[in-house]
Amino acid sequence: MKIQASTIYRFGNNIDTDQIYPGRYLELTDHAEIGRHAMEGADPDFPRRFRKGGIIVAGSNFGCGSSREHAVITLKNIGVSAVLAKSFARIFYRNCINLALPAVMIPELDSFGLQEGQLADLDLAEGILTSGDRTFRFVPLPRDILELIEKGGVFALYK
Amino acid sequence: MHAIEKILARASGKTEVSAGEIVTAEVDVAEVNDLYLQVVQSFYELGGMKVKFPDRTTFVFDHYSPAPTIKAADNHRKMRQFCRTMGIDALFDIGKGVCHQVLIEHGYVSPGSLIVETDSHTTTLGALGAFGTGVGATDMALILRNGSLWFRVPEVMKIVIDGEPGPGVMAKDLILHIIGTLKQDCAIYKCVEFTGSTVSALPVEERLVLCNMSVEMGAKTAYIQPDEKTWDYLAQFGVRQARRIVTTDPDFRYQEEYHFDARTIGPSLALPGSVDNLAPVQEAEGIHVDQVFIGTCTGGRLNDIATAARILQGKKVAKGTRLVIIPASEEVFRQALARGYVQTLLDSGAVFSTPGCGPCLGAHEGVIASGETCLTTSSRNFPGRMGSNDARIYVVSPATAAASALTGTITDPRQALPS
Repeated sequence: MKIQASTIYRFGNNIDTDQIYPGRYLELTDHAEIGRHAMEGADPDFPRRFRKGGIIVAGSNFGCGSSREHAVITLKNIGVSAVLAKSFARIFYRNCINLALPAVMIPELDSFGLQEGQLADLDLAEGILTSGDRTFRFVPLPRDILELIEKGGVFALYK
Repeated sequence: MHAIEKILARASGKTEVSAGEIVTAEVDVAEVNDLYLQVVQSFYELGGMKVKFPDRTTFVFDHYSPAPTIKAADNHRKMRQFCRTMGIDALFDIGKGVCHQVLIEHGYVSPGSLIVETDSHTTTLGALGAFGTGVGATDMALILRNGSLWFRVPEVMKIVIDGEPGPGVMAKDLILHIIGTLKQDCAIYKCVEFTGSTVSALPVEERLVLCNMSVEMGAKTAYIQPDEKTWDYLAQFGVRQARRIVTTDPDFRYQEEYHFDARTIGPSLALPGSVDNLAPVQEAEGIHVDQVFIGTCTGGRLNDIATAARILQGKKVAKGTRLVIIPASEEVFRQALARGYVQTLLDSGAVFSTPGCGPCLGAHEGVIASGETCLTTSSRNFPGRMGSNDARIYVVSPATAAASALTGTITDPRQALPS
């Protein structure tokens, strides 16, 4: 599974699901509508400046707080192709697997020195991130999880 | 094995499990709240036709209760319809209270049970010896469809609290201190067990606060070994038997162990932005407060309302400050009425609203404006959590909340305690 020429969007530690998807929009159920408010709690301008296919690169404990699945739905529907973080909160991580949003835990992510706005290529199966002339390696997601993501998430198991 | 491992082993039909193992476990009680019409959508998308165990499935309308918007009302309508279609009788409609408290009060929670809810604060139930954990909508849809879900057996972190807390110090102060010390990502994916002489001495309502907030450390679940107090507490809700008595084997090895001395912990708060921004209440004293909120699955139980009533008895909420009180459940509301707390608090100038989550997640019933400062007995102060991104939220104990409502500024509760 490869993601190419994607813009990097940087966030810090402990980005909670209220920042990913503010509570005031929780009553929405249409996925396209939910997608219009991605990351608004952290950066109200994000939905406007985001370029489809972009990669979120964050610190530790990404997705902590509320269990709201809207947090993953919004990222998927705005077109986030992957989230890389030093660690993830548990419920968010499970929701990502179910809904087929690649969420990759990379404890050494800081050492990659990735900057906001850089372009990157991501090979999820091989665990390779390339940005400019630099290449970084990380432990890829387990193969069965990657397969599940490629098929479109847990729904594919029940078709 | 640890007690929680024994719960997962029993639920997955195994004799033994260990940390890191993935098991498929049958869920004893499932709960869906009203943030989650997505559960119904995912259920049908997963090809669901019938809910596997309608009698083990509950719905609680707590986050938008009663419906503040047409959209929320429509979500409620569709969920009621789903319950009718699927033969789910346990629909706790508007005003019954916050899901965790409702499940406890209606006898769904017994030691040794595996309980999954669409709410991160399901860790609360560990205070009664149950394995409680939160999931998102699609995981819950899988439970409704299959009756089971995969779980990773968590490592267990032990937190020992000893010593008698000083006056004005509540379980909330202890857990704020612990989270502020260990930080909010210290327990990601783990079970947090609370033990020690302080925990044994705490009333069950206070133990629930410890386990409730363990999710703010990243915990998957929490645990306190049931004792006589647990059984006395559960008996009032008709629960007299464990699903299966479980205890931790003496040779079980904890992954980590931390010790805290309650005698050294004073009234504490979380400064705006993050629940691990720990400070002693004294350090924030004098800051003007626009709204005080006492409520939620963290800080809206009878003991919390009783504490506020004792502090505000015969006194008035400061001019320029609003006090919003939302009992965690209808049962809590009734008991607070019967004991006169509601009258006392109304006389002091408090405003009561329908049992449920209230403004905790910024949905309704007291959201806060740009530039305002709110003190809350709930559990979260992420930016924008209770309304405007530019509002400042301090997480405090019910005692600190009430003492601050009295003065209109952040106040150490020890100054307001009746002598």
